[in-house]
Amino acid sequence: MSEYTSDQFKRMNIDDLAMEETSMQAPPRFFKDAFTRFKKNKGGLIGLVAIGMILLLAVIGPMLGEHTYNVIVKEHIDLPARIPWFEGFGLFDGSVQGYNPYVNRGLTDVYYWFGTDNLGRDLWARVWMGTRISFFVAIVAVAIDVVIGITYGLVSGYFGGKVDMVMQRVVEVISGIPNLVVVILLMLVLKPGLTSIILALMITGWISMSRVVRSQVLKIKEMEYVLAAKTLGATSFIIIFKEVLPNIVGQIIVMTMFSIPSAIFYESFLAFIGLGLQPPTASLGVLISRGYQAMLTYPHMVLFPVIVLSILMLSFNLVADGLRDAFDPKMKGF
Amino acid sequence: MVQYITKRILWSFLTLFIIIFLLFLLLQFMPGSPFDDEKLTEAQRILMYAKYGLDQPFFVRFGIYIQNILKGDFGISLALQKNMLVQDIITPRLGISVRIGLQALLLGTTLGIIFGVISGSFKNTWYDTFTTFIAVLGVSVPSYVFALLLSYFLGYKLRIFSITFKHGEPLMSSILPTISLSMFVMAQTTRFLRTELIEVLGSEYIKLVTAKGVKRHLVILRHGIRNAMISVVTILGPLTVTLMTGSLVVERVYGVPGIGDLLVEGILTNDYNIIVMIAFIYSALYIFMNLSVDILYGLIDPRIRVAKGG
Repeated sequence: MSEYTSDQFKRMNIDDLAMEETSMQAPPRFFKDAFTRFKKNKGGLIGLVAIGMILLLAVIGPMLGEHTYNVIVKEHIDLPARIPWFEGFGLFDGSVQGYNPYVNRGLTDVYYWFGTDNLGRDLWARVWMGTRISFFVAIVAVAIDVVIGITYGLVSGYFGGKVDMVMQRVVEVISGIPNLVVVILLMLVLKPGLTSIILALMITGWISMSRVVRSQVLKIKEMEYVLAAKTLGATSFIIIFKEVLPNIVGQIIVMTMFSIPSAIFYESFLAFIGLGLQPPTASLGVLISRGYQAMLTYPHMVLFPVIVLSILMLSFNLVADGLRDAFDPKMKGF
Repeated sequence: MVQYITKRILWSFLTLFIIIFLLFLLLQFMPGSPFDDEKLTEAQRILMYAKYGLDQPFFVRFGIYIQNILKGDFGISLALQKNMLVQDIITPRLGISVRIGLQALLLGTTLGIIFGVISGSFKNTWYDTFTTFIAVLGVSVPSYVFALLLSYFLGYKLRIFSITFKHGEPLMSSILPTISLSMFVMAQTTRFLRTELIEVLGSEYIKLVTAKGVKRHLVILRHGIRNAMISVVTILGPLTVTLMTGSLVVERVYGVPGIGDLLVEGILTNDYNIIVMIAFIYSALYIFMNLSVDILYGLIDPRIRVAKGG
């Protein structure tokens, strides 16, 4: 029979124990890892910086210029872009097709950085006002994804059985109808405008999110730790919010990021076909749809909104791609 | 398998039925009635309603509506070409839209497959970065932006193509719309094939083939692409929607006399019957596309059959 002596034991500090515990908690490590991976993704970083800059300009841009976005100046209609510093290099000096309307009209000390539209309104201010609407639509898309998409997917996946059956048939029918048709029919009954766009997003925007969440929930609810929580008497509410949700947060973030560019696209697309926001509201879609009608004579009217819209969409896609690779390198998707 | 196909077909019909119901429901919400003339007395109005069956209960009217739609009778145009039958306006325009759509699909998937294979098999090289970037660009930039750029530079500045669609030369005129529409298809196919190929190339049987000493390009060509390509079939459904959405704006930019442009015209002039018929065509096409993809995929990939039962 062996004897236990005190030198066979090591005294453990209570602080060490606490340290060990925190280092074993998964979520902080998970996000840290994802963040480290994201930082290595050049495209994602560039996208993030670009979004930040566009957001900044959307906030302060309209105040930077000397003109306001909705003031009609008859003497200043159809002016091309003219930017003080670039002027010296022959770039953006306000000339169009060989002549300079600024000079012709005697507006030597007037500068419109992005030019003016056919009513003499400042396009610089209008473009950034329009970008604000794009960001607003982006926020709405995220909110719909989070509120409707996640809830729907969680409930459908977690409760399963008949609930899941019915909810999935509903999803199947909605996704069987092309978005375009839903949106167009909705716009026929409602007045075109921001409310209708939001409503259209509420009907169609959450489907893919709910699918991803559901499939993840189906996987996770079979895990041992969920069983353990159940055995310990946890309610469905606690299991969903403490066991399931933290484990799918990565996918959720990625999915919301992917829904942003498509929402921004829908706003501009609807404006282009005359179903979205209506002038005099300045959204990027409205500006493009107005600008393209005069594209051949005054390319600047369509150029700037198109550039901002494209960079914005590209950046969101780059960030979404970066996040997807960071959170789950194996996650499929497009 | 038969059971699976039957189930899918039944679901497609149900979805189509729901769409028709929605269209009918919306019709009820439309303000006004065909007999809003103030000169009509109440008695005359009741007679008119009886004559056209408008006094019938909701579901009876819905039954008549379904019958008419199945016959292809969507009523007359209310604004664009007054009193002409809607199907007579739409049918001649359908061809050019389908043609441009198919051309774009063909061009887009071909380029997408080439780019996707390059990008997937030379993962993390310069080629990969380049094609991935092109693909992100194609996914992000809306098709009408491509349409505007192409028509401005190739059409207006360089004058290689005409800016607007010419009836005399449908092939030349359809080149720019086709390219504009195909960008997204190309990008989507590239991205999807890349992910698939990388996954397939990392699988066990590829390792076995490589271990047996088969050269890498043969591994990719004979074993990798073949399996990765199967799943590309699944994105045909979403791509169809994108092509429809894109066709609306692209046809508008180039003035193509197709149904996308007609739909926009219909929306702008509130021509309800035209909108309804095109919406119905789009939905039916989409449902048919999804159904064929599901069946095709079930046929070529035995794993799906097992998973979905049947």
